[in-house]
Parts: sequence; C-alpha cells; structure tokens
Amino acid sequence: MMTFCGSGIKVPRKPVEKVIRCLLAACAFVAVLTTVGIVLSVVFEALHFFHKVPLSDFVLGLKWSPQTAIRVDQVGSSGAFGAVPVFAGTLMIAMIAMLVSVPLGLMSAIFLSEYATRRFRAVVKPLLEILAGIPTVVYGFFAALTVAPMLRGLGRFLGLDIASESALVAGLVMGVMIIPFISSIADDVINAVPQSLREGSYGLGATHSETIRKVVLPAALPGIVSGILLAVSRAVGETMIVVMAAGLSANLTANPLEAVTTVTVQIVTLLVGDQEFDSAKTLAAFALGLLLFIVTLILNIVALQIVKKYREQYD
Amino acid sequence: MTEKKKYNLHSVTDRVHSGLSRRYRAEKCFRRFGVCAIGLSLFFLVILFADIMHKGLPAFLQTQIKLAVFFDPELLPLENLETADFNALLKSSCRALFPGVKGRRSKKSLYKLVSDGAAYELRKQVLRNHKLIGTTQDLWLIADDELDMLMKGNIARNPTGRFNQQQLYWIEKLEQDGRLRRRFNLTFFTSGDSRDPELSGILGALSGTVLTLLITLMFSFPIGIGAAIYLEEFLKKGRFSDFLEVNINNLAAVPSIIFGLLGLGIFINFFGLPRSAPLVGGLVLTLMTLPTIIISSRAAIKAVPPSIREAALGLGASPVQVVFHHVLPLALPGMLTGTIIGMARALGETAPLLMIGMVAFIVDIPKSFNSAATVLPVQIYLWADSPERAFTERTSAAIIVLLVFLVLMNASAVYLRRKFERRW
Repeated sequence: MMTFCGSGIKVPRKPVEKVIRCLLAACAFVAVLTTVGIVLSVVFEALHFFHKVPLSDFVLGLKWSPQTAIRVDQVGSSGAFGAVPVFAGTLMIAMIAMLVSVPLGLMSAIFLSEYATRRFRAVVKPLLEILAGIPTVVYGFFAALTVAPMLRGLGRFLGLDIASESALVAGLVMGVMIIPFISSIADDVINAVPQSLREGSYGLGATHSETIRKVVLPAALPGIVSGILLAVSRAVGETMIVVMAAGLSANLTANPLEAVTTVTVQIVTLLVGDQEFDSAKTLAAFALGLLLFIVTLILNIVALQIVKKYREQYD
Repeated sequence: MTEKKKYNLHSVTDRVHSGLSRRYRAEKCFRRFGVCAIGLSLFFLVILFADIMHKGLPAFLQTQIKLAVFFDPELLPLENLETADFNALLKSSCRALFPGVKGRRSKKSLYKLVSDGAAYELRKQVLRNHKLIGTTQDLWLIADDELDMLMKGNIARNPTGRFNQQQLYWIEKLEQDGRLRRRFNLTFFTSGDSRDPELSGILGALSGTVLTLLITLMFSFPIGIGAAIYLEEFLKKGRFSDFLEVNINNLAAVPSIIFGLLGLGIFINFFGLPRSAPLVGGLVLTLMTLPTIIISSRAAIKAVPPSIREAALGLGASPVQVVFHHVLPLALPGMLTGTIIGMARALGETAPLLMIGMVAFIVDIPKSFNSAATVLPVQIYLWADSPERAFTERTSAAIIVLLVFLVLMNASAVYLRRKFERRW
C-alpha cells in the first residue's frame, strides 16, 4: 500500500514555507542593514562635526592638532582640524606599501603561474598565503619592535636620521602584508588569459618572457589594476600596523624617514579611552571615518567594475 | 629578383641571430626577478617567524628562586590568617638567606629579587594547609621579572645596568647553591593581566576571546548560511539580487575599523549596550565576518548539482524541503570551511575592538558576556606598548599562542575540505 506522505498533508505546508522564506530573507537583509548602519552611524556624527568645523577647513586645512582644552575659555580650545597632513601621511604610507608589494607580488605571481613546476607552486603558494593570514597586530609588533630599530641602526650607519616611527617602517611592513593579496589576484587573472594567446606569441618566435611582458600582461592588465586598487583600499584602511609603528603627530612632509600619521591612527587615538560625544575631537574621528569609508568604497566599486568588464571579454 | 630575396632572408636570420643572445639574457634576467621576488617574500616570512619565536619561546620558562621559609607562628596568628602579613614572612626568609645584609637600602634590593606575587603564593599555601605554621619549608617561588631577564641573558651582567654589585653577588651565590631554576611558566596560562610582568598571563584575554568568538559564531553562522541559501535558492535574479550582491562584496572590503565605528555608534551609543563587553565585540565581529561566510557558503551551495534538487522536487518535496533535506547537508562541509576561515579572521582582529573599548587593563578573568573583557590580539597590542623587557617577551609568547590557534583553525578547515570534497 502506498500513502502519499500522510503526515505531510496534516501540517499545512504553505504557511511554514512562507515563514521560513521570510526568515531567510531577513538573514540576507542583515547585510543591507549593516551598510545602512555604517552609513547612519558615521554620517550623523560627521554632520555634527561639520556643524562645528566647516567642511572647507577640514578638507583644505594644513594644521591638525585635535587636542581638547582643559578649560572652555582657553585659547584654541576647539583645536585645529585641517586634515591635509593626515591624508598626506596616509597616502605616503600606502604608496610605500604599494612600492613594496606590487613588484614583489606581481613577479611572484608571474613566476608561479608561468615558470614554476606544479610541485613548486603547490608548496610556495600556500606559504605566501600565510603572510595574508597573520593578524595585523603581529605585523605591528614586528614593525615597531624589530624593523624600526633595525632601520634606525642602518640609518645611523649610513649617516641618515630615521625617526623611530617613520613612514618607511610602517609602509614596508604593510607592503609585506599585502604581497599575497596582490599575488593571488594577479595569479588568478594571469591564469584566466587564454592559452591560445601565448601559443600565438610563441609561434611568432617570442621568448617566454617576451610573451609574458608583451602578450600576457597587457591582456591581464585590467584585472591586475583592479587588484592593485583593492590593495590600495586595504592599505588605506589598515589600522594596527600604523597604530603601532607610525607616529601620532601630523607632519606635513614628503620625507619617508620622518614620522607621519594616518587617518586610521587618528581615529584610534581620538576614540580610545573615555570621551564625551559632543566634543569636536570625538566627532572628528567619525568625519575621518566617513572619509575613509567613501574612499575605500569608491576604490572597491571601481575595482569590481573593472573585474566584471574584464571577465566578460574572455568568457 | 631571386638574388634580392636570398639577400633579404639572409639578413633577417642574421638580425634574429644577432639579437638572440641579448633576448636570452633578458629571459634569464626576467626569470631571476621572479625567483628573487618569491625568495624575498618568503625571506620576510621566515624573518617574521624566527624573530617572534626567538623573542617569545623563552617566555614559556620562568625563573624560580628557592627560599627556606619559616612559617613564623608569631606572624601568622591562627584567628586572622587571611589578613596576616605575608610580605613580612617573605622578607624574613629573604634575610635568612643572606644573614649578613644590613641597612634598609641593601635589604630592599635583596627583597627585589623575589616577585611581589610570592607573598600571595605563601598565603595560598598556608590557607590550604594550616599545619605549615611553625615549620620551615623549602619553597620554589617566582623570581622578579628583572632577575628572570638576567638569567635568560636579556640583561647584561654588569653593575652599571639594572642590578648593583651587591645584587649580582647574591645572584651568583644563589646560582652556586642551586637556588635558582627555570621551570615551565604556568602563570602565563593561569592568570590574567598584571602590572608585574612575572605575574601576568593570558587566561583573561583567552577567555575574553572565547566569549567573543562564541557570540560571533552564534550569530554569524546561522545568519550567514540563511543569507546564502536565500540568495542562491530563493531570490530571483534581477535588480534586487544584483544590489544585494554588490552590497555584500563591498562589505567584504570595508576596512575593519569602520565596523568598530559602527559598533560604537549603533550598539553602544544607540542601543546602550555595555562598553568593553564580549557581547558587543562579538556582534561587531559578526557583521565583519558575515560577508566571508556568505560568499563561501554560496560557493558551496552552487557546487551542489541541480539534478539533486530536481530529483527531490520530482518526488514531491517542497522547495524548502529540497533545501533543508538535500542541498544543505551536501553543502554543509563547504559552509563549515568558510565559517572556520571567517572565525580565524575574527580571532586575529584588533582594530574594531579598540573602538568599542575592549582595550582596558583588566585583571579579572571575564566570566559573562557582559563583563569587561579584552581579547588576545588586543592584549598583544597592550603589552607591546609596555616598556619592560619582560613584557616584550610575553607579547611574543602571546603571539605564538595566537598563531597556534590560527594554524589549528586553518588546518581543520583544510582537513574538512579534503575530507568532504566531492566531485559530482
């Protein structure tokens, strides 16, 4: 005898299904809520801040010293909130990081995908990826307690005066952290370049490296550029390395041997510890946060768009 | 005509030949660049690990000092043992070691060789066993962190440094008498933070980490899987699904410190949740790890072949039954792998937790989701700021513990993937 799911008929399926579907949709909606939450929490406080400090002063001002005064009537009690030195510091450290990570990451990816044997690749690729799995606080510790004294010693040997919290140290270590990030993206896009392009190039008599430089890399360029953009967004938003190894005071300088500060360092120093929520000092952190969010968002969107377009070409 | 052609051919081959050696050189050069890039990257990795091991491994051993402690009945009145002066007890046993020491200053520098925590140890022993009173016991007690550093060779043995001539003489004498030894540093695993390096440990930070990650797992696993199922199985492709996708991809790339600002602005200021609590930390990390979990769970669901769904539907299962009875069990290993990787990321995260105040100096071991706590990476950050040499050692040791946990988590993720990997 066959019964058609006797128990299933008694329990009404439709309402249960509906409830479950709604629950699942709610889960997916958490992602949207998170974005909304980020925007709301940052924008509101930032707007408060721009009531106190005009936007033009913030974006164009050359002096950053957000100390709050002990007495209200004290001179300069509002502090100075010109964020240009902070941006400059962030940019300099991110640039040093890119100077380290782009050549190393790109060349590693090229070697791994074009030259290396299967076995070599199977061993080295996961090893490189370990670099990406190490917590940033560990890099920060390494930068502050090992690399900084080493560079200082080297600088003294060469007759250079290197600050113990120089941009160079933070940028260098951050660059090492980003190497696997660039290499894994570059590896993916290089592998996605159709084999027929390479074979055409070999057929015309090009050497292996000529093929890579003149055929594979140009074909993979959009993907590589988007990978680099994502890496820049990483470098700009990176916090622990710069908090531990870069400086606190905002110097407007082009010398990488001096101490500079970054957006993330300022956010951390302004917000750690007890604070009141209506002082310009704490609100400034949210303004910086808003800026950081916007910049990284633009970088990410542009990068993702490039990837999308590029994928359509070869699929 | 033929003459000319021959001539041309000749010249092309010539031209190719004349450039060949240069081109091969360039080829070799390029290859070497690649090797150098990989070598340099791996070199950084090796240096990083070697440096941390070199600095941190000694911290797992701790110097102890053997004192003959006379549990003086006069100092230890039975009626109020709890408040007895155990410091005096400790000091008298130090003096007993070197009876010739006179003068306040000399005595003080003698007491400095033993940790402040040794008095607590004596107290604990007496409270556990009253019969000790009136007897003399040889006890191994924790030495001061500076002595520990000297024994490990981190402080030079000359009278100009941290120790004076007299202290160095005492230390030498203690060594000769076999009253100094190095043992496994149990304190490091059984106590919370402390101002004294030799008494500080990571248990507080570890339990804070466990509490925080429990919250993270409790929320991020179900929500992440639910979202992935909805996106893959129920949502029709269209504008809305594109919007969700872009949203999730962007969230995955938002700097972690921004999530900290979100936690501060929404959870603490708006909802009024307590600062420094594992609850808030766990929620912030949940939002941060969600994109990772959703993305990998979607990949796992995508890998389940449509034939399974069609078969189930054909047998009369409803769409929800198809998902929960067939797709989910098959995709679960992949989802678990993604979750473990997300949790590993959460374990190493520091910046957002600084924003929500999990950065305080906390001695007590946190017991609930609402008590003030700190986590292992933040503890590393705090210790890295301390000037004492002994704290540098402990920072590295804490990093080693953190890395061990990360390796275990990642290894289990790889194991899961290998074990349950299926080809359809």
